[in-house]
Amino acid sequence: MKKLAVLLFATLLGATAAQAAEYQFDTKGAHAFVQFRIKHLGYSWLYGRFDKFDGNFVYDEAKPEASSVEVTVDTTSLNSNHAERDKHLRGKDFLNVAKFPTATFKSTGFEPKGDGKAVLTGDLTLHGVTKPISIDVTEIGGGKDPWGGYRQGFTGTTEFKLKDFGIDYDLGPASQTVEMILDVEGIRK
Amino acid sequence: MQTRNSDTHYGWVAVAFHWMMAPAIIGMFALGWWMRGLSYYDPWYRQGPDIHKSVGILLLVLLVARLLWRWANTSPKPEPAPRWQQQAAAAAHWVLYGLLLAISVTGYLISTADGRAIEVFNWFSVPASLQGFENQEDIAGLVHKWLAWSLMGLVVLHGLAAFKHHFINRDATLRKILGIGARNNA
Repeated sequence: MKKLAVLLFATLLGATAAQAAEYQFDTKGAHAFVQFRIKHLGYSWLYGRFDKFDGNFVYDEAKPEASSVEVTVDTTSLNSNHAERDKHLRGKDFLNVAKFPTATFKSTGFEPKGDGKAVLTGDLTLHGVTKPISIDVTEIGGGKDPWGGYRQGFTGTTEFKLKDFGIDYDLGPASQTVEMILDVEGIRK
Repeated sequence: MQTRNSDTHYGWVAVAFHWMMAPAIIGMFALGWWMRGLSYYDPWYRQGPDIHKSVGILLLVLLVARLLWRWANTSPKPEPAPRWQQQAAAAAHWVLYGLLLAISVTGYLISTADGRAIEVFNWFSVPASLQGFENQEDIAGLVHKWLAWSLMGLVVLHGLAAFKHHFINRDATLRKILGIGARNNA
């Protein structure tokens, strides 16, 4: 009887696992990155990142179209390896983090394109402005980790004009668009 | 004109310290305020902050030298005035020194927050020391700005008081710091 109960429990557990699983970004182990790049004068790429953010996603290999993601970014954690520039980027000319300390992304759709690729759509709230964006997503991999957990990882890229989010400091004609490079590894809850 | 201060006169060193630093300090405030509004393609976008940082370090050096000179020296006795005015004037002078020191330090903490040194006119560089506070450049920047505004408020008061002594009390306060001695027709 006891054996049966254990078996039943294990089956139930297995069944839930096979359904849409929830994943938490591995921010603790820093296996997730929110990065951006923008052209400097049109001559080179400048890279920066946000050091503090959190998020989770729901992903089911068998039913990928039901996937969803939520991310919250602490805009004060912007880091471009240069304190004076970071201060400027956090200030009123750009992100105005005193007024808008968080940026969020909430997905509204996930369209698999086959071969591990997909288009993730959702609402980005940045600098107090909410606009729909779409992110090109590629599944990198997923499976058991060596420490008894289960992980799933993706990379995504998107781009948008700073002006679309009310940031109109003039960096020059080649620097109107910022690209975001998002890499996440989620640990199954 | 003597080098050291006396009970009635400022020596030329003290006078020189005052008049080298006063215009530089007011100029630094103007430059700091103006350069924050520059566009990215303005030729001054890089030059403005470079000059601001270089002059700031030099002013800090002057301030330390000035304080050492003050401590190694006597100060002229204040002109006759109600006791509270003499005390307020003395307090204002020390607050001016304190603000200058704090503004210099917070400015330094902005530019060195990531470990970068401050280049002083391609002459020498001052390395970073205190760094790694979370959002150090933002906090130091905010304090730097409000202390600078406080300083300017006090500078206006300091100047008005000097004119009041000169034109209303008709005493030698302003003449002493100009190094032209006491009035003989007062």
